[in-house]
Amino acid sequence: MSTDAIVELKGIGKTYETGVDALRDVNHAFPAGKLSTLLGPSGCGKTTLLKIIGGLIAPTTGEVCVKGKRVDGPGAERAFVFQDFALLPWATVLRNVAFGLELRGTPKEQRIEIARKFIGEVGLAGFESSYPHQLSGGMRQRVGLARALTVDADIILMDEPFSSVDEQTRRKFQEDMLDLLRHRQKTVIFVTHSIEEAAYLSDRIVLLSARPGTVSQIIHPNVDRGNKSPDEIRRDKNYLDAVDEIWQVLKKYLA
Amino acid sequence: MANPKRPGDRRVLWLALSFVVAFGLWEAVGRWPLSAAFPPFSQTFLAFVRMTADGSLAKAYLSTAQPLLIGFALCGIIGVGFGVWMGLSHTVEWFSLPIFIILQAAPMAAVVPLVTYIYGIGLTSKVLAVVVLAAPVIVMNSYKGIRNTNPSLVQMCRSFLGTRTQVVLKIILPHAAAMIFTALRLGLAMGFIGVVIAELLITPTGIGDLITYHSSVADFPEMFAAVASIVLIAAVTIHALERLERRLFPPEVRGS
Repeated sequence: MSTDAIVELKGIGKTYETGVDALRDVNHAFPAGKLSTLLGPSGCGKTTLLKIIGGLIAPTTGEVCVKGKRVDGPGAERAFVFQDFALLPWATVLRNVAFGLELRGTPKEQRIEIARKFIGEVGLAGFESSYPHQLSGGMRQRVGLARALTVDADIILMDEPFSSVDEQTRRKFQEDMLDLLRHRQKTVIFVTHSIEEAAYLSDRIVLLSARPGTVSQIIHPNVDRGNKSPDEIRRDKNYLDAVDEIWQVLKKYLA
Repeated sequence: MANPKRPGDRRVLWLALSFVVAFGLWEAVGRWPLSAAFPPFSQTFLAFVRMTADGSLAKAYLSTAQPLLIGFALCGIIGVGFGVWMGLSHTVEWFSLPIFIILQAAPMAAVVPLVTYIYGIGLTSKVLAVVVLAAPVIVMNSYKGIRNTNPSLVQMCRSFLGTRTQVVLKIILPHAAAMIFTALRLGLAMGFIGVVIAELLITPTGIGDLITYHSSVADFPEMFAAVASIVLIAAVTIHALERLERRLFPPEVRGS
């Protein structure tokens, strides 16, 4: 295992009570400060794996280590972004964003201040007193992202965050998210079923096999994002090669 | 206001018209020599005015309100509490859900004579009559409100290090609040039924006394006025609660 691994999975297996084998013997080390994507055929257990890392589901076998310590539940060093946003429908954007801090007992003025800052950063300034139902899907997920950022976790776990967001909004959101994360030393573990999204966003792509899911291959897209515009990246040779490479692997599981 | 073509004004117009038609029909049928026991609307209305003026209606309602309010308060505290407990604890759910499913389906009015056997003819029996009718619907709806919690919100709360208490106080209860309010409204509607059954079946007091007494001495307009007044009060109360509910928990914001 590399020394800079921040999240380590050792022999993770998950069998549901119904007898479904979701995951089998998943071993992997996620390096710190990178954006890793979990990608695999549908039903391969990638969301289950992410929730196991998040401590929301207990694995049947194996263990999860975060920063070298075994964990059995959620922790302050991990923050979760949910596929269905998981916003409180009865609370304003401000309270939703500050909710993680509220649960931790951060004093009100302080958490409001922090929440306002991140609402601005995700581009929702002016919507502080709106309710989730008044926002579009993309804006709701920005609230979810801001909430995850307020608690200042080193690791951000994202479960298909853009899947309920329409294509055009998604592209803009992906770019904004990369911008937001660029200067923060965050480790991101990102679940997606979109090959393009994985190739566009990731430093590393962890390909999972069909159920029961296990690590099938690691792909490094090597996309040079340094000074390229998002549109240039989408025409980058490495990006296109990565997309093709992923597809060649995934194709095998689609029988 | 000045413009009669506004949709709101038109609605009021139709509403007024429907009352005129209904009361007009009542008046016409009442004047038809079918039965002496069915007074026309005008006589009933006059009887209502007389009974309001001499204070007999107010006195009756003061007495009817007692078992209704005590019973409803008991159900509101213990019933909601138990329903919430049932939703939170699998053991309690396993133990008591079948009982409440049966109680909710059973015609609980049939139990009222049994209550009289055990608790006599006093206030206790009448309170219990309200409770046996209102409790099942209150418990069951509170329970459903809790069980309907969006599991994703619970996971969210846990992932941000919420404790079990925080999950209950900040997610589950606010989420169930709308449904619990619905439970109370339906419970009160059942409570009205319970109290009238009690006052007719156990011993005539309050509004039940007005109905039975005026019926026994063949004061039919008075009897109808009493019946109409309880229908009116129940309907207006329940409708007001429904409007309050929509105001407090608009569909976009209500959890369940």
